[in-house]
Amino acid sequence: MVTAPLSNLVTIQPARPTSGVAYVRPTINDLWAWLEEVADPEIPVVSVTDLGIVRKVAWSEDGSDTAVVTVTPTYSGCPATDVIRQEIQRELLNRGVPHVELRVQLSPAWTTNWLTEAARQKLRAYGIAPPTEQASEHHSAMAASLRTLGQEWHTPSLTCPRCESTNTERISQFGSTPCKSLHRCLDCREPFDYFKCH
Amino acid sequence: MTAPQQSAKTTYLLRLGDTALVLSQRMSELCGKGPALEEDMAMANTALDLLGHARLWLSYAAEIEDAGRDEDALAYLRNDREFHNFLLVEQPNGNYADTMVREFFFDAWHTLALSRLMRSADERIAEIAAKSQKEVKYHLRRSGDLIVRMGDGTEQSHMLTQRAVNVLWPFTGEMFASDQVDRDMSSSGEGFDPSLLRDDWLEYIGKVFDVATLETPRPDAWMQTGGKQGLHTEHLGFLLAEMQVVHRAHPGAKW
Repeated sequence: MVTAPLSNLVTIQPARPTSGVAYVRPTINDLWAWLEEVADPEIPVVSVTDLGIVRKVAWSEDGSDTAVVTVTPTYSGCPATDVIRQEIQRELLNRGVPHVELRVQLSPAWTTNWLTEAARQKLRAYGIAPPTEQASEHHSAMAASLRTLGQEWHTPSLTCPRCESTNTERISQFGSTPCKSLHRCLDCREPFDYFKCH
Repeated sequence: MTAPQQSAKTTYLLRLGDTALVLSQRMSELCGKGPALEEDMAMANTALDLLGHARLWLSYAAEIEDAGRDEDALAYLRNDREFHNFLLVEQPNGNYADTMVREFFFDAWHTLALSRLMRSADERIAEIAAKSQKEVKYHLRRSGDLIVRMGDGTEQSHMLTQRAVNVLWPFTGEMFASDQVDRDMSSSGEGFDPSLLRDDWLEYIGKVFDVATLETPRPDAWMQTGGKQGLHTEHLGFLLAEMQVVHRAHPGAKW
């Protein structure tokens, strides 16, 4: 696991605790609870913890009051990534955490298997079909050969998030954000997004 | 790490990063100009993935080089002779068949190359490869689908696709040619011998072309080389001029 510090974050001044009130270091559980409030900028019904983007929360090894949040990118070019990092930093500083350090961890690579059950329900209610299958944990071994790639390429049968019909078709494997593909319900005729299994 | 090792590794990483960056820039040129809305989004998504990969490779190249440059300096402040991308990816977009054949040739190589790099002795290379691999499989699925649709489509689309295959074919050999950098990285276990990918690549291309009713050119045809060593076709200079102009005109500007 290699983690790299981030250099391009905006500097946000922490909200200072009211003078006279002694600073009490929040618990790790507090930090996690606050991070649950940080919404994904593209799909605001789910939080960054719902999506499995936050991999680890800890206090700095050097003993300082620095919360170290380790995040992982969903798709490597996703433009929401920078915004998410800023929002995480802003949220914790606003809660009175003196310093926040963000680290990026690439491995293990993010997978939709990390989406919580709550996230799946929220996505469905929002009109986005959640991933229906488990992403292969062995994608590395399978992809080693182009011969077996076709086996990974079947389109799962999806349920329309509006009318619950299973009579749907794929329009495009790329959608309005990197994590989604575009589908259409053949019964209610409405298009819908699928949070694709990754 | 000795100085020659450091230099070979930097060049190796630049080849990966520059290839992703230049292809991403080419595809970005089509943003808003796709033949259909779905294609436009697919193209932009793919370009974005490649830009993400380029950033990961170039950031690591900058660290290994250890010369005070960062990913931006590498992307925006080098000239064409200092770029190490494949000649294939700098070729102009042309018509949609040219664009998609270029992508298909590269995607098939990319999928194979990343599966090798996922087993790299260098942990960081292995991580970046594993992350990118998951995305590249979507790219290959789409470009392969389109090759079949265009090759086995109308008379016109077939003719244009076959022409693109023939024109771009001489630029594919470079992906499988080894030089000293490849040999150094391969013997250290950090990279791989590119010639090992050739059979799998040819087999896959051939299978898709059969379905697409396209003719596979002769594998032993004459091949162009030079991109990996910094000797490019005339197209790269124009691409870089457009990509770099804002950064060069406003040095140090922040978004």
